[in-house]
Amino acid sequence: MLSSIPPFALFFLGAIAVAFTKGPVRKVLVLAIPLIGGLNLWFGVEPGVHLQIELLGYTLTPYRADKLSLLFGYLFHIAAFLGFVYALHLGDGTPVGSVASDVGEEDITGDKTAGLQHVSAMLYAGSALGAVFAGDLITLFVFWELLAVTSAFLIWARDSERSYATGFRYLIIHVVSGVLLLSGALMLAHSSGSVAFEHIDLSTAGPGAWILLIAFGIKAGFPLAHNWITDAYPESTPTGTVFLSAFTTKVAVYAIARGFAGADVLIYIGTIMTFFPIFYAVLENDLRRVLGYSMINQIGFMIAGIGIGTGLAVNGAVAHAFADVIFKGLLFMSMGAVMTMTGRTKGTDLGGLYKTMPLTATLCIFGASAISAFPMFSAFVTKSMIMVAAIEEHHYIVWLFMLFASAGVLEHAGIKIPFFAFFAHDSGIRAKEPPKNMLIAMSIGAVLCVLIGVFPMAFYTLLPMEMDYHPYDTTHVLVQLQLLCFGAIGFVTLMKSGIYPDEKRAVHVDAEVLYRKLGPWIVRSVGGAVARIDAYVRSSVMEVVGTALKGANRWHGSMGPLARSWPTGSMVLWVAVLLAAYLVFYLF
Amino acid sequence: MSHDPHAAPKEPIGWMDKPAAVKRLFVILYVIAGLLFAAEFILGRHTEHPHPWEGVPGFYAIYGFISFWFLVLLAKPMRKLLMRPENYYDGEASDAE
Repeated sequence: MLSSIPPFALFFLGAIAVAFTKGPVRKVLVLAIPLIGGLNLWFGVEPGVHLQIELLGYTLTPYRADKLSLLFGYLFHIAAFLGFVYALHLGDGTPVGSVASDVGEEDITGDKTAGLQHVSAMLYAGSALGAVFAGDLITLFVFWELLAVTSAFLIWARDSERSYATGFRYLIIHVVSGVLLLSGALMLAHSSGSVAFEHIDLSTAGPGAWILLIAFGIKAGFPLAHNWITDAYPESTPTGTVFLSAFTTKVAVYAIARGFAGADVLIYIGTIMTFFPIFYAVLENDLRRVLGYSMINQIGFMIAGIGIGTGLAVNGAVAHAFADVIFKGLLFMSMGAVMTMTGRTKGTDLGGLYKTMPLTATLCIFGASAISAFPMFSAFVTKSMIMVAAIEEHHYIVWLFMLFASAGVLEHAGIKIPFFAFFAHDSGIRAKEPPKNMLIAMSIGAVLCVLIGVFPMAFYTLLPMEMDYHPYDTTHVLVQLQLLCFGAIGFVTLMKSGIYPDEKRAVHVDAEVLYRKLGPWIVRSVGGAVARIDAYVRSSVMEVVGTALKGANRWHGSMGPLARSWPTGSMVLWVAVLLAAYLVFYLF
Repeated sequence: MSHDPHAAPKEPIGWMDKPAAVKRLFVILYVIAGLLFAAEFILGRHTEHPHPWEGVPGFYAIYGFISFWFLVLLAKPMRKLLMRPENYYDGEASDAE
C-alpha cells in the first residue's frame, strides 16, 4: 500500500505534522519520516511506472521508478536523515560550550527559526524526491520550482540582512532556471508531442533541448551560473547549509544524466568546472565558501562523466554524486559544528581547534580523506570510474586537467579545510565539541564514506548501467597514493618557503560581479541618464509652455488688449450706429 | 555542579605546539613518499588502458607535486587581480564602483 504512494508525499504530509508539533514529538517525527520513507523505498518499491494521469491531452507521470531514480531516491533519504540528526538540537537553545556569542552571534543555530527550518527542510527533501521520480517534464518543473522556494527559507532562516539579500538572489536565479525548464519542455512537447522525460538528443531535438540543458545547468552550477552556490552556502544556518548542499545540485546532476548522457559539450563544461574553482578555493577565506567552490569542482567531474557517456562514465558520475552528498555533507557538517561552537568560519579567525574539538577534527579529516580519494574511502571508488572512462574514450587532455583538479581537491578540501580550521596557528578559541546529535550525524557520514570505499562492489550493484570495473588493483592504489603524497609534499614545501598565500579578509571577484556590481551599476547609470534626459525634456517643455502662457497673458491677461472691458456708453453708441445703418438700408 | 564556568580554563597544549612532533610528522611523510616512489619500480605499473604520458617513471608523483606548485603560483597573481575588500558587495546603492 505504502509503496504506491509517491516518496515526496510522505515528506509533504510529514512537513504539515512537523509544523504543528514541538519538542520531543517534532524530533521523533523528523527522524521517523526519512527513515520510514527510506525503508519503504528500499524494500517496497520496484522499478516501473506507479502513477500516471491524463491532463490536457498530455500524459503526466508523477511517479516513475527505475535504477537511476531509485539510486537518487535512496541517497536523498540518507541525506535527509543525516541532515535531521545533525539539526536535531535546533530549538534547544545555544549549545553548551559555544563561544559564538563572543562575536555577536547570539542565535547561531537559528534557534528562533527552528520550526521554519525543519518544515522547509522537510518540504525541500520531498521536492528533491518528487523531482527524481518525475517521469515527465511538467512534473519535473513543478518540483524544480518547489526546490527553489522551499530551500530559500533555509537561507532566510539565518535571519540576517546579508542572508535576506542572498536568499532573494538565490530564489531569482532558481526561478529563472525553472522558467527556462518549462519553456524548453513546451518547445520539446510541441515538436515531439510528448512531455515524457527521457534521453534527449541535443543535435536533433532543436532549441528546446538546449534551453532545457541551460535550465539544468543553472541548477548544476555551470560556469558563469555557478555563483549562487558560493553565495548561498556560506550565508545559511550551520544546519541549513547541510541540507542545501545535498539536494539542489544533485537533482540537476540526475536530470542531466537522464536527459543528456553522451552529449560531448558536457565533457568540456565539466572539465572547466573541475579546475577553475580550485584557484578560488586556494584564495578564499570563508571555509564554507571554499566548500562551495569545492562542490562546483566535484560536480565538474560528474558532468564530464555524463558527457563521456559510456556505461562506466555515467555510472561513475552518479556514483560520485552519491558519494559527494555524503562526504561533502560531512565536511559542511564539520564546518557547521565549528560555526555553531565558535561563531566563526573564516580561516583568518580559526585555527588550533583540535585541542578542544578533537572529535570534530577527526571526523572532518574522514570527510577530507574521502573527497581527496584516498584508497579505502568513497571517492577512490567513484571518481576513478570517470577518470578511467576518459582514457578509454581517448580524452587525454581532459584527463590531464581532471588529474590536476584531483590534486587541487587534496589542496583545498583535503588539506586546507581541516588545516586552517583545526590546526595552523592557535587562534586561542577554546570552544567545546558540538552537541551529541551533530557528532552522531558526522560519525554516520564518516562510516558511510568508509563503507563505500571498502565495499565498492556492493555499492556498484545499485548503479544504473552495466559495467565491469574493479577499483582495487595494485597500480591504481599505488599511483593514487603517489599523487596524494607528493601533492602533500608540494603543500609542505609551499608553506615552508612562505609562498603559500596567507588567508586574507577579502572577497575575490567572480562571475557574480556581473549581477551584483555591473548590473546594478548599469541600472544606476542608465537610470541616471534617463533622469537627466527626463529633466531636460521636462524643462524644455516647461519653457515652451511658459512662453505660450506668457504670450496668452499678453493678449488675454488683465492688461491685454483683448481683455479690456468696454464701457456701456460705447456699447449704446455701437447699437445706435447699427440701427442707423439698418434704417438707411430699409429706407433705400 | 560545582564547576565554576568563569574559572580560567587550563591552557591545553597540543602536539602541534611541540616542534619535534611536527618535524616527526614531516619525516614520516617524506619516508612514505620515498617508499611509494620506490614501490613503482619494484611492483611496476599495469594499466589496461594507459594514458600516453603515463609511461614516464614517477609520472603521478611528479604530476601531484607540480600541480600544487602550479596551482598556488597561478593563484597568487590571480589574487592581485581579483582581491577586493570584504565589504565589496555591501551597500551596492551607495558605493559606485
